[in-house]
Amino acid sequence: MTDVSIEDDGVPSQEVEDVELYHATSWLTKYVFSQDAKVIAIQYACTAIAIGLVALVLSWLIRLQLAFPGAIPFIDANVYYQAVTMHGMIMVVYMLTAIFLGGFGNYLIPLMIGARDMVFPFVNMLSYWVYLLATLILAASYFVPGGPSGAGWTLYPPQAILTGTPGHEWGIILMLASLILFIVGFTMGGLNYVVTVLQARTRGMTLMRMPLTVWGIFTAAVMALLAFPGLFVACVMLLLDRTLGTSFFVPAIVEMGERRDYSGGSPILFQHLFWFFGHPEVYIVALPAFGMVSDLISVHARKNIFGYRMMVWAILAIGILSMVVWGHHMYVSGMNPLFGFFFAVTTLAIAVPTAMKVYNWVVTLWRADIHFTTPMLFALGFLITFVNGGITGLYLGNVIVDVPLSATLFVVAHFHMVMGIAPVLVIFGAIYHWYPKITGRMMDERLGKIHFWITFLGAYAVFFPMHYLGLVGVPRRFYEMGETAFVPHSAVGLNIFMTVMALIVGFSQLIFFYNAFKSLKHGALAGGNPWRAASLEWQTPETPPGHGNWGKQLPIVYRWPYGYSIPGAPDDFLPQNAPPQRGEHAT
Amino acid sequence: MLVAAIMALVVVASLLFHFLSPWRPTQIASNWGFIDDTLALTFIVTSIGFVAVVLFMSYCLYRFRHQPGRRSTYEPENRRLELLLGGITTVAVILLLAPGLSVWGRFITPPEGAMEVEAVGAQWSWSFRLPGADKHFGSTDVRFIDTANALGVNPADPRGRDDLIVANGELHLPEGQPIKVLLRSIDVLHDFYVPELRAKMDLVPGMETYFWFTPTKTGQFEILCVAYCGIGHPQMRGTLFIDSDSDYRKWLAAQKTFAQTRKAEAF
Ligand code: HEM
Ligand SMILES: [Cu+2]
Ligand SMILES: [Cu+2]
Repeated sequence: MTDVSIEDDGVPSQEVEDVELYHATSWLTKYVFSQDAKVIAIQYACTAIAIGLVALVLSWLIRLQLAFPGAIPFIDANVYYQAVTMHGMIMVVYMLTAIFLGGFGNYLIPLMIGARDMVFPFVNMLSYWVYLLATLILAASYFVPGGPSGAGWTLYPPQAILTGTPGHEWGIILMLASLILFIVGFTMGGLNYVVTVLQARTRGMTLMRMPLTVWGIFTAAVMALLAFPGLFVACVMLLLDRTLGTSFFVPAIVEMGERRDYSGGSPILFQHLFWFFGHPEVYIVALPAFGMVSDLISVHARKNIFGYRMMVWAILAIGILSMVVWGHHMYVSGMNPLFGFFFAVTTLAIAVPTAMKVYNWVVTLWRADIHFTTPMLFALGFLITFVNGGITGLYLGNVIVDVPLSATLFVVAHFHMVMGIAPVLVIFGAIYHWYPKITGRMMDERLGKIHFWITFLGAYAVFFPMHYLGLVGVPRRFYEMGETAFVPHSAVGLNIFMTVMALIVGFSQLIFFYNAFKSLKHGALAGGNPWRAASLEWQTPETPPGHGNWGKQLPIVYRWPYGYSIPGAPDDFLPQNAPPQRGEHAT
Repeated sequence: MLVAAIMALVVVASLLFHFLSPWRPTQIASNWGFIDDTLALTFIVTSIGFVAVVLFMSYCLYRFRHQPGRRSTYEPENRRLELLLGGITTVAVILLLAPGLSVWGRFITPPEGAMEVEAVGAQWSWSFRLPGADKHFGSTDVRFIDTANALGVNPADPRGRDDLIVANGELHLPEGQPIKVLLRSIDVLHDFYVPELRAKMDLVPGMETYFWFTPTKTGQFEILCVAYCGIGHPQMRGTLFIDSDSDYRKWLAAQKTFAQTRKAEAF
């Protein structure tokens, strides 16, 4: 398999010195201004989930309006567009990015690679507080004159800064300021993830012995460090256009009959900058999910992940290719149409490594020993929604097929399936899976399964039919459709159905929260390694892991993290740090 | 096993939904049947993939579910299988791309002699301009925009005097004639969308964009704006009439030229 670095005495050479840890002395520095990656992880995750719940409630408002136009008195066009904008922005940036990288990244990277902590613990702490500030500023826009931005999460100028847009007074300024801060905070965290993975691996933890979770988060962090600057400059420039009257993105225009002082700017330039960030962003969310789902499937199917090396190369290939496909969001934007050829080819090229990953997950199930635990169910739900959503990506990536479908509900259905539902299912699976390590207790399996079936089937029922309204031609971002001849009347019933399902899915999350809180105190004691998993984070001397993770001695790694059912081994799993067994081939 | 069965059922239900649901693309009314064909091809290729992957998964879930004494097989990789799967996927992708790109090539090259029409978007209404008798548009600039000259036609440009200005959001076009639509916005991004045509394109302030099509059916079609353009976005509607030749000529004769609209304003 992977390279052999076991020396004569069977112990890999020392790669890193053990580090001197910062010791927290008070309750405040231990739990609030903590520099322990595990505490920071929980802070990140709780903040992301809290703001994510706001976005969830906003999605109900959107869906209620679409199903019962005008029936709910306080939802007018302003409120609707503000809800759509805040929902999209929060979900993509403040919820998903933060929970995957800030939450799971912080918790899992040091434990999985056998480090004591992130390499820059103080910067790590700062990254969380800046993120919290950014989130609060965004939330504050609900309390300023004019309310939050209603410019759409894509923020396209000139519309985003003109008066015909909800929230143009303050909302857009706060959103831009918040994004700028978010990126500052993220950069601090991202540098930590990258440097820690490169520099702080324990003895024997070669790159090709890292769990795919670490590979996914690592690659996503590198991509984010490259992609977020695009959004950063776009936000700064747009903020200047809005406040100081520069004209980076606004040409000479007439607004509501009045000449504005702008001239010479390019709205398309903004779109290039935005999507140079925006497309990689999809994979910044997806790659950690890919990694985590690989680990979930492997552990709960008691089988080594199939084609590990292919999986690593596929992650890297997807990471690199996804930096050159942003134009597929701009096929009908008025950019030079010749770019359509380039972006269609690169976009569809990503389908190949992506499909390879899917095949490898599925082939991992072949001749496995599948346990239908809650984490496994969520991983399976991910597979279906991801394949479904990935496939519709082939429609939208193939430039000519995108022409009729772009800006319709088909697009909304596609990206919710692939980057909304699929990663969220992985997040839930991952929480059920790692909860015992974090708290020392198990979550309730029965409640977990009920939660899974409602969430998975419900979300599928919301977004699968939505494709068909898109095929009919129903546009997205419409406050109300009105009477339109080309939309059959039956669409009304379908809209109501989707809304009811969305409400059910939303409320069913209460089961999850109940389970998570109840299990904190009343869950069954987990022990150190309840799933009998092979990767390093399950081999800590204490559970939950103490300060510095590993006690006196850092672990030594002898093999890859997928040592399940190795022929000749007595148990059906062999931890990464178990000394080589007699007759074992090095892996 | 229940899980395997439900997962397989999700595929079956999806396929049933596809074939039984009443929500189908609108009747096409332009030459872009190629787009529909590429869409159909994409559906076939991708559905085969979806069904195969999920049914295989369901089979594994059923066949390899945990039972007492079961142990999985240790199989880190299988070069041949991976190459085979990668190869099949590559072929499928090429199968989708090749026709897609060739149709895109046609989409971006309007035929010689296509009739030119201009569609202008402003928050939140559509206006149109036809080149008039001289077959040439007069130049435009936002500097010239005022209540009497909503489209900003240059009053000093002689080619613009006979341009026909259609300000009521109703555009008439003759059937069977290739049309090149020139798109211009005077404030924010808009997007000209008629579902029955399949073709669409953004209107970008500060530049001119285009697309082309040949209408193939007479009738009346809704024009929507599908680039979010502010609070009135969904109300930005227009109507496209595809007329027989004689109807079209009748309509054309009733339109006002730029010069006429200016004179009317002068009184
Ligand atoms: C129960 C879960 C969810 C429901 C019911 C839901 C529903 C919706 C609806 C109805 C829209 C507006 C469609 C339109 O443009 O007319 C929307 C927009 C959007 N949603 Fe969700 N959503 C959910 C979860 C998510 C998640 C997890 C993400 C994360 C990727 C997400 C990302 C977005 C984005 C980016 C937009 C576009 C916003 C815009 O157009 O500015 N949603 N959602
Ligand atoms: Cu993209
Ligand atoms: Cu518009």
